[in-house]
Amino acid sequence: MSGMEIYATLIAILESGLRLCVPLVFACLAGLWSERSGVVDIGLEGKMLVAAFASAAAAGATNSAVIGLGAGIIASIGFALIHGFAAISQRGNQIVSGVAINMLAAGLTALVGNAWYNQGGRTPPLEGNARFQPLTWPGAETIDQIPIIGPIYAHLLSGHSALAYCALVATFLSAFILRRTRFGLRIRAVGENPAAVDTAGVSVVRLRYSAVIIAGILCGFAGSYLALGQAAGFLTNMTAGKGFIALAALIFAKWRAWPALGACFLFGLLDAVAIRLQGVMVPGIGQIPVQAIQALPYLMTVILLAGFIGKAIPPKASGLPYVKER
Amino acid sequence: MSTPIELPKWADVSLVPILAVIVAFLVAGLVVLGIGENPVKATVLLIQGALGSGEGIGYTLYYATNFIFTGLAVAITFHAGLFNIGGEGQATMGGLGAALICLNLDFLPWYIVLPLAILGAMALGALWAFIPGYLQVKRGSHVVITTIMFNFLAATLVVYLLVNVIGKPGSMSPETRVFAASAHLPYLHEALAYFGLKIPKSPLNLSFVLALLASAFVWITVWHTKLGYAIRTVGHSPTAATYAGISIGRITLISMAMSGALAGMLAVNEILGVQTRLLLEFSSGYGFIGIAVALMGRAHPVGIVLASILFGMLYQGGTELSFEMPRVTRDMIVAISGLVILFAGALDGLIRRPVAGVFARFLKSGA
Repeated sequence: MSGMEIYATLIAILESGLRLCVPLVFACLAGLWSERSGVVDIGLEGKMLVAAFASAAAAGATNSAVIGLGAGIIASIGFALIHGFAAISQRGNQIVSGVAINMLAAGLTALVGNAWYNQGGRTPPLEGNARFQPLTWPGAETIDQIPIIGPIYAHLLSGHSALAYCALVATFLSAFILRRTRFGLRIRAVGENPAAVDTAGVSVVRLRYSAVIIAGILCGFAGSYLALGQAAGFLTNMTAGKGFIALAALIFAKWRAWPALGACFLFGLLDAVAIRLQGVMVPGIGQIPVQAIQALPYLMTVILLAGFIGKAIPPKASGLPYVKER
Repeated sequence: MSTPIELPKWADVSLVPILAVIVAFLVAGLVVLGIGENPVKATVLLIQGALGSGEGIGYTLYYATNFIFTGLAVAITFHAGLFNIGGEGQATMGGLGAALICLNLDFLPWYIVLPLAILGAMALGALWAFIPGYLQVKRGSHVVITTIMFNFLAATLVVYLLVNVIGKPGSMSPETRVFAASAHLPYLHEALAYFGLKIPKSPLNLSFVLALLASAFVWITVWHTKLGYAIRTVGHSPTAATYAGISIGRITLISMAMSGALAGMLAVNEILGVQTRLLLEFSSGYGFIGIAVALMGRAHPVGIVLASILFGMLYQGGTELSFEMPRVTRDMIVAISGLVILFAGALDGLIRRPVAGVFARFLKSGA
């Protein structure tokens, strides 16, 4: 392979890594908001799945990707509210609720999808306006010809769907709001010490519900990207564990927004490399098992959690229901 | 779990879970109505499919066997105040354990291979739960997250091994060769035919008997041994346990390993009993449904066996139902399990509070 070919491969892997990390970023930020407010959310997967289904169904019916996105967000908020009701109002076990949401989403989307469209659970393929098409930046094709810098502009900066750029904006907003605003400070406080927030006269319940709803919106974006951006329609169980990878990324990022973006990009990149290396003989090493690369995010998270490299400490009150003192 | 609400014990162990299941079924009925089918007709078809024939009952109990194992696995960690959601991964590893024994030793007679294979399944299942337990005890990482990650690790590991190491050479699908006949756990219809009893053919095998024995074992261990007392003490109050000189770490490790061994036994039913070879995704969600079973059965073996039979009926009846009503696919069962987990678990208070209210009023007027 010549230098240019290696460079082109590198760009292609980075490009596909960027695409694959978009849903992870949204889901990871959703987990960030929820867990920062003290509500553990292992139901990211389920919320993404209902959003993917609702967005594909609505986009197909209206031939509008934007309406599809709206439907995806609404469906995801609906499931987020079930989780919020169980975790906040009923003070139920948050892990149990998350598991329930994942199963409910997996069952309902497949069942309803099959009943509505009769295609084994998938929705009819979407095209044109019903999908988020890649946005090509001005002059991308011409600039692509310029060596070295050209492909970076044409393939890495340009050429992604609008939702991919939204992921970047969402990261910025999450980081800014959580860090610099009063609302963000309160969200973080309620995840660390809800009693103190309550004493200050701020409603723990309202704060946690708003965080859970924000998580719902973000999962709505994640699912809609899968069905309307990455694929062209809904497939049964199309999230395929992405919600859990996002959870791993959240731990990896130690519950912070910009590192979350980084962790998701890393995991997206690993995924891209795994796809690329399928069946390829690497000189000197032989065939690298794809499964080894696929296992890396989970393995790294386990190692990190066990404190072998750094230490990941979750928000102090996450997972604990708050009981107001009388 | 949630804040305790005072109820008479019989109501707590029977009335509340039964109400939770009824609510879950009502919601599921609305879903069936929503997709344009008749829920009453669907229920009748489901029950007929599950219990209407000897074969149907056989299938129901065969599915129930899986749920008993995974339900017991979740329940035993509930007693220790832990939550093992790694049943899927532990069952997968159990399959690997059984397969490794069978592939290497199935030239030996059945009375050597089968016990070893069962032990192999239990050992690798236990290992896959022990490591997260160990990491919690020694390194402070929470078992819930670690067991989730271990589910994926088990899946990728078994895919790798099936594709590259133990898969049948020349086969396109990732699976091992079929084990020799000595490593097949007999079907119940075969076993009973040996004694001159005739029952209809079904995948129901001797694992069902093992599942009942495991239930008795869990009942004796949790309620009638020193170890069980320690487990329940740790679950109720870790501080009291420490004060009583019970090592929380040791109990965590033991209960996780027992839980993993039970989950691993799912492979005894599926791999040694039915498939007679290792293949991908044979655990197909049974591990997660075990959570529903444990919650519904109130973590008691009797409740778990009953809840497992109910879910076995749903699985078998659901399959028959999907032939009669193609719009109601088996995904319905996954949704129902989700609803049961929701109402018997996370939204438990929603049912418990009104029941407690009724009891309070009833007792007051009686006094």
